[in-house]
This record gives sequence, C-alpha cells and structure tokens, in this order.
Amino acid sequence: MKYLCLIYDEEKKLGAMSKSESDAFMAEYFKFSDGIRKSGHYVAGEALQPVQTATTVRIRNGKVSTTDGPFAETKEQLGGFYIINAKDLNDALRVASQIPSARLGSVEVRPVQEFNRQ
Amino acid sequence: MVDAVYRSDSRRVLATLIRLLGDFDLAEEALHDAFAAAVEGWPRDGVPANPRAWLVSAGRFKAIDAMRRRARFDASLAELAERLDAEPTDAAAWDDAGVEDDRLRLVFTCCHPALPPDAQVALTLREVCGLTTEEIARAFLTAPPTVAQRIVRAKAKIRDAGIPYQLPSRTDLPERLNTVLHVVYLVFNEGYSASSGVSLTRPDLSGEAIRLGRLLVELLPEPEAMGLLALMLLHEARRAARTSATGELVLLDDQDRALWNRDQIAEGTALVKQALASRRFGPYTLQAAIAAVHAEATSAAATDWAQIVGIYDVLAGADPSPVVELNRAAAVAMRDGPAAGLVLIDAILGRGDLPDYSLAHSARADLCRRLGRTAEARASYERALALTRQEPQRRFLERRLAELAQ
Repeated sequence: MKYLCLIYDEEKKLGAMSKSESDAFMAEYFKFSDGIRKSGHYVAGEALQPVQTATTVRIRNGKVSTTDGPFAETKEQLGGFYIINAKDLNDALRVASQIPSARLGSVEVRPVQEFNRQ
Repeated sequence: MVDAVYRSDSRRVLATLIRLLGDFDLAEEALHDAFAAAVEGWPRDGVPANPRAWLVSAGRFKAIDAMRRRARFDASLAELAERLDAEPTDAAAWDDAGVEDDRLRLVFTCCHPALPPDAQVALTLREVCGLTTEEIARAFLTAPPTVAQRIVRAKAKIRDAGIPYQLPSRTDLPERLNTVLHVVYLVFNEGYSASSGVSLTRPDLSGEAIRLGRLLVELLPEPEAMGLLALMLLHEARRAARTSATGELVLLDDQDRALWNRDQIAEGTALVKQALASRRFGPYTLQAAIAAVHAEATSAAATDWAQIVGIYDVLAGADPSPVVELNRAAAVAMRDGPAAGLVLIDAILGRGDLPDYSLAHSARADLCRRLGRTAEARASYERALALTRQEPQRRFLERRLAELAQ
C-alpha cells in the first residue's frame, strides 16, 4: 500500500537551531532518505519552504480568491512529505517513526486512496 | 450441541476466519453461515470429530462461494475468490497453536493504537467477547447506533488504512500490550465502579474483563498481563462486601471481610507473586500488590500500612500521577494519622491537580472530619457531592454530611 507521510515541524524551533545543529538535522534526513531508498519504501519526498511563502487559493461563487498563508494558524506547520510503499500500516508507522521530525514535531500517516480507472 | 460449540468456540472460529478471509465483515458473515450449516447438518450427520476445524472450513467455503456469486457484479471479487480458493485447505493447518495465535491477532488488531480508544473498547467487546452492539451500548449507557457507528468506522479504518492482522513485533510488543491491557482495564473499571448511573457496579462487564485478562495470561504470559489479572481478581473479590443489602456503598475499612471471595484472593495473590518474581513488572502488578496486602489483613486496623505506603512510593516512581499520590496520601494518613495525610492532599489540590475529582474532595473531607475540622469537612463533602455522577456515591456523601450536622 502507498502511504503519505506529512511532516509537521515547529518552524520556530527549527529556526532557533545553530548552524551545526541544523547541519546535523539535515544529515539525519539525508541518511533516512537513503535508508528508505535502499529498503524499497521510497516513492517520493520533498521538503517545503517555510509557511510564510504559502498562498491559498479558493474559488467561491465563480471568483478566485487568493490569500496569504495557510488555512489555519497552528503551532506546527507542514514542512515536507514522503510518499512510501509499505506492506501495511504497521510497516508504514515503523518507517514514519524514523523520520527525524517525528522527534521534534509530528508525522501524520495517511493511506493513499487508490482509484480503479477503467 | 451447536449452541455449546457456539459459546465455547465461535470467537476462535471468527478469529481464524478473519485471517483466512482478510476482512471482518466477510468473516462474520461466514461465521454465521457456518453455524447455520451446523444447525442443519450436525443433527443429521452427527457432530464432526473436530467441530472447530469443520466450522472454519465450512465458513471459508461459504465465503468463497458467496464471492463467486457476487462476482457477476464485481469482477475484483472473482479474483479474490480464486486467490482464497488456491490457498491450502488442509484442516490440520488450523491446529490449536495456530488458532490461539489467531485469537491474539484479533485482540491486538481490535486494540490497535491507530483506532480511537472508545472504538478499541467497543470492537474488543464485540469481536473478542462476542457481546452484541445492544449489550455494549447498555453497559456504557450509550445509544446502540453510537456504538454501531464506532464499530463500523473502526472496521473501515482497519481495512482502508491497512491495519494488519498480525502479532506485534518484539520491539513493539511492550507498547502494544500496554494498549491491550488498558482496554481490558477500562472495561473492568466501568464494571467495577460505573462512572455514572444508578448502581455502583456492573458485574457483567467486570466478568468480561476478567475473562479477557485470563485469555491474555494464557496466550501471552507477560508479567503485566498477570499483574492486571491479579488486580482485577483482588478487586472483584471484594464485590459482595462493597455494597450493603440496600445498595449503599461500603468503604474498604467498614467492609465485612468474611464476604470477600477467598478463591479469587488466592488466585490473585499467586499471580502477583509470580509477576513480582519476574522483575519485569509495572504499574498493574504494583497496584495488585497493594490490593494483595489489603486482602491478607483481617481488619482495616491490622493492615500493614507501612508496606502499602512503600509500594505506593515505588508506584509513584514507575508511573507518577496525581491519583497515585492521592491514594498514597490516604495510606500515609492510616500509617501516621490524618494530619499527615491532609498535608499531602492539600499539596495536590493546592497546585491545581484533581480539582474536579470527587474522590480527592471526599478523601480530604474524611481526614478533616477525623481531625474535628467540621466546617472544612462539610465544604469538601459538598464539593465532592457536586462532582459525583453516581447514585450510591451521592447517597454516601449525603449520609456523611448528615452525620456532621449531628
């Protein structure tokens, strides 16, 4: 099954890291990504720019409205994601728990909806 | 005969069918069909040598058959039916060890931490204990549609999120077992001290919890599983003494200890000793050890309070919580006098813990009463009374208030 791992970090905490702390954190991420490539779990993954770069669009009554920022103010912000292939939820949770941000923020694990297109 | 097999084996058969068919709803339907076939066939052909294997085999066959019939409308079912049919059908593969593993798989799946706690409880009572939705709703004073919806949603999450039907890995076992034990303990507590309603206890729920506890100890003899079973047995042993003939609450100190169930105490105490000897025990074993010390005392006065305070000290280190501190304070009051206990309870309440916990205020009231601080006792009994949602507890507090007025 495919699962999306949504990574939520406290940007304030990440921003407060020293250069060496932040380098070490990134190194952990590179190591994690290499690990899940080797184990065959990796499908895709990206890190995102900080939340102040975000813009939200919605269409209401046929009109496009564009607003700054995300939908809701929260303590943790969406900072990146992985899509993984896992045997089942237990396997997916095991992989997700190794994402470095699981220690500082949190990781939401969601099964990907499969559609039968004929 | 079929009825007897249903009672003793339907949950085992279901647990195996879920593994074979990979779906709770399909398995329940198959279980139903298998027993229907037994009702029809056994009186005519005689009871098979291994009724359980017969039922699993019949259920599996009926499920595959039903899938093939429905495959006319849904092509994916045809594929599934062929795949299931190709798997080994040897009845011997469903030996006792494998079947017992299936029961454990069922328990761990129903108590998967990805499911919300109230759904874990409902699903466990439904699938593992075989209670009906109505029985679960009655036990928890909830509407049957609410319980039904919880169960439907939980099954949907098991299917859609890919919660596997398997035993946890070695590394995950302690945490996963904790979730299971917590579910069993919730069921027991609701039966032992109903959180609301007219009666103090609901023996049927406690009975189910103890049955679940026995199943766990039998399948997975971990020290904390033993500790939890011991704790439940030692509390259950006091049931007959906890309420008077008129349904009034009787506190531990005032209970007629001749009414305590000696068999349950002996079994519980033996389990505590076994769990303690493992040196891998935790909070359930420690709470059971405290209950065992109470159980061996011939009266409240003869209780070894020093030992009880000592176990609370270990418990407060292993699993610190304001409730543990409160219970420890009550034990200190018995060992060193009410003034010593009151200092500790006031410290807990003073820092803002347990403000809405009725038992904290009634414990404080009791110590004030014993110290002759009547005005304070009254205020705390009144606070406790305002917070309790349970009828016998309410009447008990009102009696105490009336006694103060005299």
